[in-house]
Amino acid sequence: MNNLELSKKANEVRKSIVTAVHSAKAGHPGGSLSAADLFTYLYFEEMNIDPQDPKKENRDRFVLSKGHVAPGLYSVLAHRGYFPVEDLKTLRHLGSYLQGHPDMKHIPGVDMSSGSLGQGLSAAVGMALSAKMDGKDYRTYALCGDGEIQEGQIWEAAMFAGHRKLDNLVVIVDNNGLQIDGKIDDVCSPYPIDKKFEAFNFHVINISAHDFDEMRAAFKEAKETKGMPTAIVMHSVKGKGVSFMENQAAWHGTAPNDDQYAVAMEDLEKVGAAICQK
Amino acid sequence: MSEVKKIATRESYGNALVEMGAEYPNLVVLDADLAAATKTGVFKKVYPDRHIDCGIAECNMTGIGAGLATTGKIPFISTFAMFAAGRAFEQVRNSIGYPHLNVKIGATHAGITVGEDGASHQCNEDIALMRTIPGMVVISPSDDIEAKAAVRAAMEYDGPMYLRFGRAAVPVINDNPEYKFEIGKGVLLREGSDLTIIANGICVSESLAAAEKLAEENISVRVINIHTIKPLDEEIVIKAAKETGKIVTVEEHSVIGGLGSAVCDVVCAKAPVPVYKIGMQDVFGESGSAGALVKKYELDAEGIYRQIKSFLA
Repeated sequence: MNNLELSKKANEVRKSIVTAVHSAKAGHPGGSLSAADLFTYLYFEEMNIDPQDPKKENRDRFVLSKGHVAPGLYSVLAHRGYFPVEDLKTLRHLGSYLQGHPDMKHIPGVDMSSGSLGQGLSAAVGMALSAKMDGKDYRTYALCGDGEIQEGQIWEAAMFAGHRKLDNLVVIVDNNGLQIDGKIDDVCSPYPIDKKFEAFNFHVINISAHDFDEMRAAFKEAKETKGMPTAIVMHSVKGKGVSFMENQAAWHGTAPNDDQYAVAMEDLEKVGAAICQK
Repeated sequence: MSEVKKIATRESYGNALVEMGAEYPNLVVLDADLAAATKTGVFKKVYPDRHIDCGIAECNMTGIGAGLATTGKIPFISTFAMFAAGRAFEQVRNSIGYPHLNVKIGATHAGITVGEDGASHQCNEDIALMRTIPGMVVISPSDDIEAKAAVRAAMEYDGPMYLRFGRAAVPVINDNPEYKFEIGKGVLLREGSDLTIIANGICVSESLAAAEKLAEENISVRVINIHTIKPLDEEIVIKAAKETGKIVTVEEHSVIGGLGSAVCDVVCAKAPVPVYKIGMQDVFGESGSAGALVKKYELDAEGIYRQIKSFLA
């Protein structure tokens, strides 16, 4: 996909995120929107996957370590053809397979259940390690939040990945700068994020989370990097695309009401129209 | 009784793993810097490429085990019970239990027989923690034979399982041709009609000795070994309750939430009879030799005998 197509797709994913969370009357739009471009890039461009065969043995793996942005993952999975887009409206409803946080037992395309912060990266490391043990060439991607990396287990996993030289693993940190209680550097600063991963023997790349050229270059560089895992620190805007959600910690885990939903969709329609003019 | 062979069930764990290594190429063993103590070192020696030392990071080891399991490996994650069930409880629950992944938790150094290390390392809470996780099988074998059989059964069972092993050498009691291990199936070791002792782990051999002593006073005691705490063999428990009218549970674990509680859950609902729970009575352990601790906390034959006598009085 070229950048224009990716942008259009990402905007559709954002609309689905807002729609799903609105329908659920709960959920996490802020971080889903900040990572929407990444989800789109991974599932439409980067990863070797087959929606018709979600458990294909040699597929690339993705672990959503910051599991609360499930609406972002579910939206891209739906748009990629793993399940009907219409089902996104059942998010978090009783009886729906679209659980509040990723559930690998019931959701096609979800490679690991997650939600409790700090745990997903370890599972991703296990997947990458397994590939190394068996000489398989699939790659493993994990998305962490910048608040999530306050969890100590992230650094246990990073130490192990660096030690084992897992160059088939890419950790992406969604650095939107906000967590529930406010700015990450006010709450308990994880900065400098890049230097920390470097110290754990990662190759580190800083990019904008909303620039497909930079994303493309970073994932290419990650693939070419041998002998160490790669961490991509992507600088993002929480709530990206929805005017009143952008850079607002309050929209970390709040659903829009009907009026707010209408404004959000209007915003995203405008973004979509602007993309088409390009 | 003639002189019996003694072996620690952690040794059985390591030996069983190495015995199965060739047969199951997808078997992998993980440790957190304790391979020498968990006795998986023997596996590491024979299969170095399938032994993964995660360093002192049990939570990460648990997650790596989960990730490996999603790719078809069968990981045995090994560390002390305190860290396997205690420190990494939430990782076990969320990364292994919730997705029902095929990870086996080999928890060694359970209970007070850790000995000299003291209370910080004597985990008397692991069974209680593990059995609350939906879908988790929980097993506490009584001797070498049973421990090895349990590890093999774990290998052949698809799903998460917690296996509890001890540090101290315990007598081999299941060395007979009729012995058969089945997950969730209790073992009747001694017939009796006045009372039933239900025990597991190291307490089985001591319970048998206590039953012998009680028999000298014409108290007929049935002894059942419940190696699988979950799923519990309800049938054998209900039968014992109905036929003997009284039950005493004996475990090297807190009386809160362990085997005793599991037995009470069944008995309360289906065959109410008095149940007396022998175990750690809501206290921490302390430093001392395993033998001295078992004696002090009344988990030896003498202590079990005394407690049963006062229960019957």
